[in-house]
Amino acid sequence: MTAITNTAPAASGFKITEWIFTTDHKRIAILYLVGTLAAFLVAGLMAIGMRLEHLSPGEDGIMQFFVGDIGKNMTTASAYNTALYFHGAAMILGFLIPGLTGFAANYLIPMMIGAPDVAFPRINALSVWLFWAGIVVALLTFVIPDKPDIMWTGYAPYAITTAGNTAFYVFTVHLIGVSSILAAVNFLVTIIYMRAPGMGWNQLNMFVWSSFTAFIIQLVFVPVLAAAVTLLLFDKYLGTGYFDASRGGDPLLYENLFWFYSHPAVYVIFLPAMGLLYEIVATQAKNAIFNYKVAVYGGMCGIVAMSGEVWIHHLYVTGMPDWLRIGMSVTTLLISVPVGLMVISLWGTLYKGSITYNVAMWYAVLCMVLILLGGLTGIPLAITSMTVHLARTTYVTAHFHFIMGLMATYSVFGTIYFWFPKMTGRSADSAIAKIAFWFNFVGTQVTFWPLFIIGVQGMPRRYATYEMFPQFVSLQQLATVGAFLTAVGVLLMVAGWIISAIWGPKVSTNPWGSKSLEWTHTESPPGPGNFLKPVTVSADWTPYDYHAT
Amino acid sequence: MRLRTKLGALLVALCGASPGLAEEANYGANGIISPTVAWKETWSEVLTDITVIGVVFAAIAIYLLIKYRATSPNAVGTATKLSLDKAIAWALVPAALFMADDFMLAAKGWTLWNIQRTVPANALEVTVTASQWSFEFDYGNGVKDDTLVVPVGQPVVLRLVSTDVIHSFGLVDYRLKEDLVPGRVNHLWFYPDKPLETFVTCMEFCGDGHARMNATVKAVPKADFDAWLASHKKKASLSIPNTYASAAAAPSL
Repeated sequence: MTAITNTAPAASGFKITEWIFTTDHKRIAILYLVGTLAAFLVAGLMAIGMRLEHLSPGEDGIMQFFVGDIGKNMTTASAYNTALYFHGAAMILGFLIPGLTGFAANYLIPMMIGAPDVAFPRINALSVWLFWAGIVVALLTFVIPDKPDIMWTGYAPYAITTAGNTAFYVFTVHLIGVSSILAAVNFLVTIIYMRAPGMGWNQLNMFVWSSFTAFIIQLVFVPVLAAAVTLLLFDKYLGTGYFDASRGGDPLLYENLFWFYSHPAVYVIFLPAMGLLYEIVATQAKNAIFNYKVAVYGGMCGIVAMSGEVWIHHLYVTGMPDWLRIGMSVTTLLISVPVGLMVISLWGTLYKGSITYNVAMWYAVLCMVLILLGGLTGIPLAITSMTVHLARTTYVTAHFHFIMGLMATYSVFGTIYFWFPKMTGRSADSAIAKIAFWFNFVGTQVTFWPLFIIGVQGMPRRYATYEMFPQFVSLQQLATVGAFLTAVGVLLMVAGWIISAIWGPKVSTNPWGSKSLEWTHTESPPGPGNFLKPVTVSADWTPYDYHAT
Repeated sequence: MRLRTKLGALLVALCGASPGLAEEANYGANGIISPTVAWKETWSEVLTDITVIGVVFAAIAIYLLIKYRATSPNAVGTATKLSLDKAIAWALVPAALFMADDFMLAAKGWTLWNIQRTVPANALEVTVTASQWSFEFDYGNGVKDDTLVVPVGQPVVLRLVSTDVIHSFGLVDYRLKEDLVPGRVNHLWFYPDKPLETFVTCMEFCGDGHARMNATVKAVPKADFDAWLASHKKKASLSIPNTYASAAAAPSL
């Protein structure tokens, strides 16, 4: 291994060129963080717009402002559809996946495995800038006249026949997809070849394992999505007929290809989110991971093995063969086995622990609530005959927001609090952070419980207006109140981060008393090369070895 | 390795027993099982199942989070590494329990699915054509209308087609839906067991008119249905000749 030189951490002064041309994984992580938070805030604004629109069953006439149509050239429905497209696409492709596999993976993995950087630092820089290009193309939605309105799924033939700009959707997927594939190769190579001497596979941090498995999924499945949206582009702009039934194509081919990637993509989000929770919970409980090998090889690897055999549950009511709809109902239900093993392992990590509560731990507890509520409400959606009613209702919306969207979102927020002292040398556990947490906790529940309830009663999702369902108006309004509580929480939280980064109390290099390498062997913030001298670990070392104190 | 032998036996027993836990569905008065009634029954069972699991896991979490609070800032956890037998047990026993529940739910779901997909022989057949943003109902005897009127007491099977993009036939009050996909003929059936005026609403995103794409669905007594059909037949017969005249003039292939 090359000699590691360490300059003074956090060299004073800010030079923009140092950030643009950086190949340092920690700075690249921060670039990911800024981009993902920008995507999150704009996509969150769209959610607020949609919730406001649902204050009454009819048209409220404010939706246009949210998508930048100040002159009100668009109809309310059209503006709503654009907002919903952007909300979904930006949250998943611009925030959740790059927040976990871009920001968190970049900042933490090299340090957790004792490496000075990733295997291919310049390819890593290319990844983050491709991601930024994807974000910019997505944001162009708000300035072009023919705004995309095809949901994040882009189903054919609507995406082909719509007057909206499907190309911008396709190019966003292409840019972020190439970024993801490069990142997947980079991190798989890094984890395989750049672990500190002596570090075996059973000594890896849970987050490293969870990212490893997530990157395998990305590498295998992202090309399928890229192919699907490319064919969509050809159909719309070059006159091909891959998804056009009148010319021998099949609209369901698109749905199959799309979900063949996009269901595994859920695990690309779920796995690293769980990995981060393990880090926070194990450190705060000062305990080893309960049943580590079963959680890794049964849980995480089990999910990877099963991830490609369940996608039909997104097509339960599309007319796929009856036997296939039943077969994938069984495989989908069986996902509960690896997920359940991980849940037991996470719960078990608390057993006989010595738990201290910081803000990150509170977010971990919120995530545990969301795993239970979101995971269990997924069981009816695994059963084909149940989805004959529940599919395409707000029940589904609430389910995936809990288990995927918000569970992962709050694990990213918890991550920011937990590693804030590492990134800045200061603590972000302020009074503002605690107030913001409770707004987020309560707001999330108040937003989505009503959507579960009206969903079971049949409220369709993706409805700009709901004149056919006036009986749901009060619960819709309650959900809007919840969204506003969450918005207050998020704004307080971001304000708290900025304040803490500048004025927050300085803390030691290892304030939570972790045993993981990024805490025990680096400065806060770490300089280039991460470690003052090359790290080696002994055969009995683990990142959760609290008894050895 | 006696523990492992016992665990293996437990796993086999649980997996084997679970399909037997699925119940027979209740049959309706005239031998027809309403998929609507069956859905509601199965839903309440599934809801009970997930509620029990949720309460158990939530209770354990709350207990652990409170019980194991740190006694001093520097205290560390006291959990010891699991022995090999215990580690395997903590994988196989939960896996067996989860799988038992999965197979039980799959069996219940499959029972309901068979009801939903097995169309009774005497069903009234109607073709539904969706296009942005309306439904049209074709009774196959020249009667076409934008309202679906069906007789109480007779199962109805719908042939679902689309002329433009994907739509979905969401029959909320009957707890049923199936997509209308260009190039395919999908189907669903329902059993109007009592008079009811409700609606079908589009449940797959199809553009600006999506939220307002709906049609009235009326289940009326048999006599009223016959009268309605007769009056529409009369109307249809007045307009049909033109349509069929041009069709007949076209050379047959």
